[in-house]
Amino acid sequence: MEPLIRMEKISKSFGPVRALCQVDLTLNRREILGLVGDNGAGKSTLMKVLTGVHQPDEGEIYFKGQRVRFNSPYDSRNAGIEMVYQDLALAGNLHIAGNIFLGRELTKKYLGGLIRFLDHKRMAREAARLLERLKIEVQSVDLKVETLSGGQRQAVAVGRSMGFNATVVVMDEPTAALAVREVAKVLDLTKSLKEHDVSVILISHRMQDVFEVSDRIMVLRQGEKVGDLARSQTTMDDVVALITGAQGGTLQAVRGVA
Amino acid sequence: MSTPTAARTAPRARRFSAGAVLERFGIALALVLLMTMLAILSPEYFLTRENLTNVARQTSVNALLSLGQLLVILTAGIDLSVGAIMALSMIMMALSTHALYHWYAAYYAQAMTASLPDPQSTVIMVILSGVAILLGLTVGLFAGLLNGWGTTKLRLPHPFIVTLGMLNIARGATDLISGGAPITGIPQPMRAFGAGTLQLFQTAEGQWVGIPIALLVVLAFYVVFWLFLTQTLMGRHTYAVGGNIQAARYAGINVNRVLNVVYTLCGGLAAVAALLLAGRTNSGYPKAGVGAELDAIAAVIIGGASFFGGRGTVIGTFIGVLIMGFIRNGLNLLNVSVFWQEVAIGAIIIAAAYVDVLRRRAART
Repeated sequence: MEPLIRMEKISKSFGPVRALCQVDLTLNRREILGLVGDNGAGKSTLMKVLTGVHQPDEGEIYFKGQRVRFNSPYDSRNAGIEMVYQDLALAGNLHIAGNIFLGRELTKKYLGGLIRFLDHKRMAREAARLLERLKIEVQSVDLKVETLSGGQRQAVAVGRSMGFNATVVVMDEPTAALAVREVAKVLDLTKSLKEHDVSVILISHRMQDVFEVSDRIMVLRQGEKVGDLARSQTTMDDVVALITGAQGGTLQAVRGVA
Repeated sequence: MSTPTAARTAPRARRFSAGAVLERFGIALALVLLMTMLAILSPEYFLTRENLTNVARQTSVNALLSLGQLLVILTAGIDLSVGAIMALSMIMMALSTHALYHWYAAYYAQAMTASLPDPQSTVIMVILSGVAILLGLTVGLFAGLLNGWGTTKLRLPHPFIVTLGMLNIARGATDLISGGAPITGIPQPMRAFGAGTLQLFQTAEGQWVGIPIALLVVLAFYVVFWLFLTQTLMGRHTYAVGGNIQAARYAGINVNRVLNVVYTLCGGLAAVAALLLAGRTNSGYPKAGVGAELDAIAAVIIGGASFFGGRGTVIGTFIGVLIMGFIRNGLNLLNVSVFWQEVAIGAIIIAAAYVDVLRRRAART
């Protein structure tokens, strides 16, 4: 079956710096792909190429079997690829419903379309319904986002990305800023996205998180793909070895070195 | 689990906490306390119709400037040029009515036809007023738009810079145009906005009771901008830009458009303030509104808006304007020196900003 996303031989340089070198990536339907690598390995660059922030120097992207070119994040979002940023792109002074509908507010027309006013009630209702569907617990969608905990904010950010028919959600370090007890909730939420027919690419430094939720793990090192392993067939040690290069960059992971 | 019932009961439960009550009604409470105090200290005069009418007229200019300032501060910006834009707009209005009047009077004297209306006639006065008001508003809106462009197109580091520049430019232009001298005499229809009274009813003694038209203008603008900020897309986006500009961009909001609109509206409101001030003083004078931008900023901050952007309401700003107006008025009534009034207002600004600091600290924990 055709994978949801196929990135082929993606290369990207910034001046003399080769950020990505002939990288392939596939993401299947209802799959969670863990994308790991050291700082500067090219994870974020690869995702920025996918979401249209950067244009690849070489290589092609296929989405649902179609060759696509995303010139901006708007293009990729319209296609159904959402990115949840590490710095949580939420406005703390707005309430939850306001954030979920930020930039896509629902309106009611008055005077034959002359005036458009925000439809507060419908936004609150639909936001609550969305969060309920994702089993995200909040007291009320009227709460300001700044009053929420880090995990709740992350959940709202994910909910926001889900609210608009995303088929792929790219999560950049979703657990990095969270208290320990909140990590589990966000991971559960990540896993549950599959039930909503959403595929996930998870960028994380936290190996135990990646192993808990991913179906497959892809490793980048110095802009090259050095591993692509089913989670069931690998171990944390193998992956760490690949990340650090202790295995000389082969695709065959060997146990016990880290 | 966030059942619909939980969603509905939760905010109600929050409303009972003392902190939330204070945050919501704190400034209103302060205003009521202030008014009660003044009513007690100046029992024979403070609550009279004359005095309250007087305060309404005097605060109308600051009310409009503050409303514009609120929009800008909500986006985490600042507009130092509102007083200068008001003066420029005011001079343009006064000067254009005079110029047009003289031009028409000369034409009328030459033409000698009976079909032309007399230069002193109401028709001509209404036309003069209309043209002058349009011109004044255009000047204000355009100056505001330039402020916006300075932030969005030139990408000057902070709106402080571009509006400081505009302050000087508008002041200079005002003096250049007027030669530094005031222009007195404004057509009656135009004066009505600042000086007129809408007569409501007659008392038994035959005295008319009315509302200053300036107050009605202010209230109308406050209602319109309350709707703008709470009910429209642009209003919501104004809060979003102030709350987290990155998030706003990421959400696909055209941040530059929001900023341009906000600064343009702020300039436009300064022009409306100019109309009221011109009416009240029956003139245009180049030194109008010197330091008025600081009063506007003060009222917005006293009204509970955050200097960091994203927080502040139209109602809060209205109360902030009233608090400043009543403090000035009350201390006048009590024969307290003008210098002490400034000290008092300064202290209140700092107190209001400190409340915001406490609130942010509380929100973080």
